[in-house]
Amino acid sequence: MNIHEYQAKELLRHYGLPVNPGYIVNLEDDIHEKTKNLEQKKYAVKAQIHAGGRGKGGGVKLATGPQEVTQALESILGMCLVTPQTPPEGKKVHKAYVEEACAIQKEFYLSFLLDKSLECVQIIASAEGGVNIEELAKQDPTKIKTLSVNPLVGLQPFQVRELFYFLALPKEVGKSFQALIEGCYKVFTAKEMELLEVNPLVLTADNELLVLDAKMSFEDNALARHKDIAALKDPLEYESSEVEAAQYDLNFIKLDGNIGCMVNGAGLAMSTMDILKYYGGSPANFLDVGGGATAERVTAAFRLILADSNVRAVFVNIFGGIIRCDLIAEGILKALENVKLTVPLVVRLQGTNVELGSKMLEESPYDIVSISDFSQAAKVAVEEARK
Amino acid sequence: MAILLNEDTRVICQGFTGQQGTFHSQQAIEYGTQMVGGVTPGKGGSTHLGLPVFNTVSEAKMATDANASLIFVPAMFAADAMLEAIEAEIELIVCITEGVPVYDMLKVKHALKGSRSRVVGPNCPGLITPGASKMGIMPGFIHHPGHVGVVSRSGTLTYEAVYQLSQLGLGQSTCVGIGGDPIKGMDFIDCLELFFDDPQTHAVVMIGEIGGDSEVKAAEYIRYHKNAKPVVSFIAGKSAPKGRKMGHAGAIISSGDDTAEGKMKALKNAGVYIAETPALIGQTMYELIGA
Repeated sequence: MNIHEYQAKELLRHYGLPVNPGYIVNLEDDIHEKTKNLEQKKYAVKAQIHAGGRGKGGGVKLATGPQEVTQALESILGMCLVTPQTPPEGKKVHKAYVEEACAIQKEFYLSFLLDKSLECVQIIASAEGGVNIEELAKQDPTKIKTLSVNPLVGLQPFQVRELFYFLALPKEVGKSFQALIEGCYKVFTAKEMELLEVNPLVLTADNELLVLDAKMSFEDNALARHKDIAALKDPLEYESSEVEAAQYDLNFIKLDGNIGCMVNGAGLAMSTMDILKYYGGSPANFLDVGGGATAERVTAAFRLILADSNVRAVFVNIFGGIIRCDLIAEGILKALENVKLTVPLVVRLQGTNVELGSKMLEESPYDIVSISDFSQAAKVAVEEARK
Repeated sequence: MAILLNEDTRVICQGFTGQQGTFHSQQAIEYGTQMVGGVTPGKGGSTHLGLPVFNTVSEAKMATDANASLIFVPAMFAADAMLEAIEAEIELIVCITEGVPVYDMLKVKHALKGSRSRVVGPNCPGLITPGASKMGIMPGFIHHPGHVGVVSRSGTLTYEAVYQLSQLGLGQSTCVGIGGDPIKGMDFIDCLELFFDDPQTHAVVMIGEIGGDSEVKAAEYIRYHKNAKPVVSFIAGKSAPKGRKMGHAGAIISSGDDTAEGKMKALKNAGVYIAETPALIGQTMYELIGA
């Protein structure tokens, strides 16, 4: 799960890390009310969306005094911000962050990453701040320092020293740099993050370290024990259909094709999309309805799939293992009592009691094509979507 | 022979008296698994499914001589259950639980180093040696004893593949679902190593998916192994968009080297036969080794 920059900064502030004061302005707020008490100083006004490269799309503006900040907020709030990391149509800006600006002496890159392959925390640093780190890694890897920390051993002082000398920071910030790295590491592990990226970290004109931008991503499985973090989730950042799916405990991802898919199990769901593509079709979604495939969940799944106006056919692929195919067929038929089917439905059942399940579907009053062969069923679904 | 699990394996269940633990222990007993007891803290001394219940794994081991444990413990407590089983020197630990925090798994992986235990999972269907024993949630009846080893990151896709094999008369030696999490116990290589050494196993089906580098590492392993057996592979997620988590926590394309295409290429270079679609896994193996 990702959070916004302003939320990340609040968390860093809470852990004693150097962040400039700032506040949030919402789209529905009275902007004048929110800016009238500002001093005649320089501020950064930053769009709050979950995507990098905001500056390039006009989502970050420098402004001096209340009048300019108001203008900046008026142009940023409500805009559809397009950056290299957003969908082509951009993302609507619902929130903007107003932060005191600072005089920058030098910018640095710093990130903490949970490396699942190496099973450790990686700290990545570079004296080239504000850059795209992946690009820099390709162009000149010598400009990047990477350190591995075994979370069971913890961050060691020598590792902080290595980073300090690599970044060639002035002597007088040695203590504050140590506090910064230790603080970041502490919050990273305490909140079970996958990524904490400070880009840039700056050395101000008065020789002070400051977190200018921060990006955080948390390990989803751990959110159950970090209620404070889970509460920071912004539903506006997700497809409304995906938010709805989560309420029914369905794993749903909207895609841009025209064949709605309902499958049990993530691996089978993914490979069902693959086989549709193989036969020239295009999946409208990824949907794992789970092992149970009960009438309630199947109903919710049908609703989600059929809400997408691009869908021209629905392909249900269920492998009935411990749950028998006749029970799954019953679930599908019950669901169809509550959902109006507007496109062809191809169902492929396989496993326990498959004959009984298929018969129930064929004899039902609904127009269901029931095929137990995987390839054949996929081919028919692709043909139906083309009609 | 088979690998990891056979009719002599003495199995306990952690989370024995819970709904999942009860249902799947019952299923395992019916399949022929030698279940010898279970663990539920606070219920020690009672009986469940006709078997003794213990408060701790070490007590259970002492009393039953168990050498394997099947774990159905909620996600937040699953790592603790695995650590307890490792400490009790249980040889085979199978954790079915989905949603175990990654940081918890770091501890488990650390505890496994130098231990006597192997962990399968978490977030997996478990493993089965057809006709002998099952430790997991897979439907037993689709499996048949035979000579194909199966190792997979997926659940239902594995059932699909096993079903295809069985339909074509290709039985299985052992089927291991290693699970869909990024940090897990046994990985492809650990299973391949056992399969290549197992006389009962003549060929291996390996089912991978997008995300991580396990398949690429496995490809390297197969490529340079002196006695590698024929391997058929399918990699799910060719049509998955970048940066989205496809159901499994580990199924996410992040760097660009972890796509289905990249993995298939590495496997092909290692002499692995790739099934073009998920419907052709059984057929590809059939063409390779016959029934």
